[in-house]
Amino acid sequence: MKVHEHQAKEVFASFGIPVPRERVAVSAGEAVDIADDLGYPVVLKAQVLVGGRGKAGGVKVVKDPDSAREAASAILGMEIKGLPVRKILVSEAVDIAQEIYAGVILDREKKLPVVMVSAAGGVEIEELAAKSPELIFKAHFDPMMGMLPYEARKVAFRLGLEPKTALAVGRILEQLCRVFMEADASLAEINPLVVTGDGRVIAVDAKLNVDDNALFRRKDFAKIRDEEERGTAEAMARDAGLSYVKLDGNVGCVVNGAGLAMATMDLVKHFGGEPANFLDIGGSSSPDKVIAAMQIITQDPNVRAILFNIFGGITRCDDVAQGIAAALKETGVSLPIVVRLTGTNEEAAREILAKVQGVTPAESMDGAVKQAIKLAGGSS
Amino acid sequence: MSVLVDEKIKVVVQGITGRDGSFHAKGMKEYGTKVVAGVTPGKGGMEVDGIPVFNSVAEAVEATGADVSNIYVPAPFAADAIYEAYDAGVKLIVCITEGVPAADMTRVYDFLKGKDCRLIGPNCPGIISPGKAKVGIMPGAIHMPGPVGLVSRSGTLTYEVVAQLTGASIGQSTCVGMGGDPVVGTGFIDMLKLFEGDPETKAAVLIGEIGGNDEELAAKFIADEMSKPVVAFVTGHMAPPGKRMGHAGAIIAGGSGTAAEKVAAFEAAGVPVAKIPSEIPALVRAALNGTGK
Repeated sequence: MKVHEHQAKEVFASFGIPVPRERVAVSAGEAVDIADDLGYPVVLKAQVLVGGRGKAGGVKVVKDPDSAREAASAILGMEIKGLPVRKILVSEAVDIAQEIYAGVILDREKKLPVVMVSAAGGVEIEELAAKSPELIFKAHFDPMMGMLPYEARKVAFRLGLEPKTALAVGRILEQLCRVFMEADASLAEINPLVVTGDGRVIAVDAKLNVDDNALFRRKDFAKIRDEEERGTAEAMARDAGLSYVKLDGNVGCVVNGAGLAMATMDLVKHFGGEPANFLDIGGSSSPDKVIAAMQIITQDPNVRAILFNIFGGITRCDDVAQGIAAALKETGVSLPIVVRLTGTNEEAAREILAKVQGVTPAESMDGAVKQAIKLAGGSS
Repeated sequence: MSVLVDEKIKVVVQGITGRDGSFHAKGMKEYGTKVVAGVTPGKGGMEVDGIPVFNSVAEAVEATGADVSNIYVPAPFAADAIYEAYDAGVKLIVCITEGVPAADMTRVYDFLKGKDCRLIGPNCPGIISPGKAKVGIMPGAIHMPGPVGLVSRSGTLTYEVVAQLTGASIGQSTCVGMGGDPVVGTGFIDMLKLFEGDPETKAAVLIGEIGGNDEELAAKFIADEMSKPVVAFVTGHMAPPGKRMGHAGAIIAGGSGTAAEKVAAFEAAGVPVAKIPSEIPALVRAALNGTGK
């Protein structure tokens, strides 16, 4: 999961990483009050969980209360890449002498955490990696020991900074690596890490992505996510123990297992259709999960047909069949449904579904997918 | 021959008194695997389906000579269960548990590096050598003994492919689900090495998915180091960037890890790639007949 910039900075600050003086506003009036308090100029920054807000006009420097009010109202009314802006971070403007990049991720190839730094901060790291990889310095560190102070200094000294500044950057890198391990992060990034005219080093922007698998022991982050996603299909799916990602097509897919669910979407596309979603009902599927899956999928108005592709192992086919029958009764869904069930208790499942109207059985995965595309109105 | 598991292994099930552990301990026994012990701290002295339960893996190993562990404990305790199995002298650990934090697995991986102990998983269906033994949760009945080694990041997609192979009368030597997380104990290359060295395995099937670059590294390994033919399949073509597709590892991040890149890597390495799962049996047959790669 991603957290907002202001939330990431609160975490970073709690590890001793210097951040600007700043507070969050939810209205233009509040933004002006905070700005008055901090002293002008200030930076107003849209808090949205998507990149590219600067280009979209979501970041503004203002020098007086009137322009602060105007800019804050404009930003609070914006949508950036489809996400409405509900909060603004009002931050003291710092005097920028140099911008540094600092980020920690998991290197999947080496299976070790790695810190990356560059003196060419301020641009996206992907862009930098593509254009000038020689400007990025990396240091892997031991996940048991964490990044040791000397290791952090070593990589900081490669940036060609004043010795005093390099030492300050080294201390920040050490703490950023601690954040990464202790907050169960999948990304901890400061971009830019600013060196000010008077030699201070400050994290002006921050990104923190947290490992979803670790939310059981990161209740603070789990709470943030729940507030952020309340009422969305993703949240409904999670509450029901499902994994759901919406796409733009018209064939709704209900599958057990992530790999098979991805393969089913690919197959819909392969045979000329468009999948409406990724939906994994997981391993031991109770009828309740199937009912929830049907409710989530039918909320998407684009869906014209629903395809079930179930390979019963731990999942019992008769459980899924019962869920389909119950869901049809409860929700009154009138969309055509194609069901392919194979494996554990498939005979019992067939008997249950034979009595249900509106369900087309299919033998193979290929056959089921073709049938669902046809019932959704042919290839789109 | 087969790789890693056969009729001689003795399995201890960690988390045997839980819902999943007890269900699959029974399933493995029915398949013919020697399940000699179970472990649940605090429940030593109990029996599950005739299998004695111990308080620690060390006690279980001492009493029964178990040499393979199969883990079903909940995610918060999975890393500890792996360390415990290693400490008790178990040589192969198969961790089924889903949802283990990546930070825990990074530490486990680092700890086991260079030690005489192999970890498969977590977040995986396990390993089966058809007709000999299964350690994990896959439905045994869809498999048949034969010459094809299979390695995959997924569970049910693996079953789908195995069922199609068996339906085409192509049997399997060993099938491994290596797990869908970013950090797993055993990867594609580890398994391909074992298949290359196993006289019974004549060809291999590799099922990859979006995220990371394991498939690209495997493609290079196949081109440089393998004499046996390999058939690949990659899923996740329709996955939007930045979204986790169920598996923690199945995510296109920073524009890399896409299915198209992986397919291109296999094709560049001369590995035939099935466009859809139902093409796999014919490609495997061609590979076995020497008319493939």
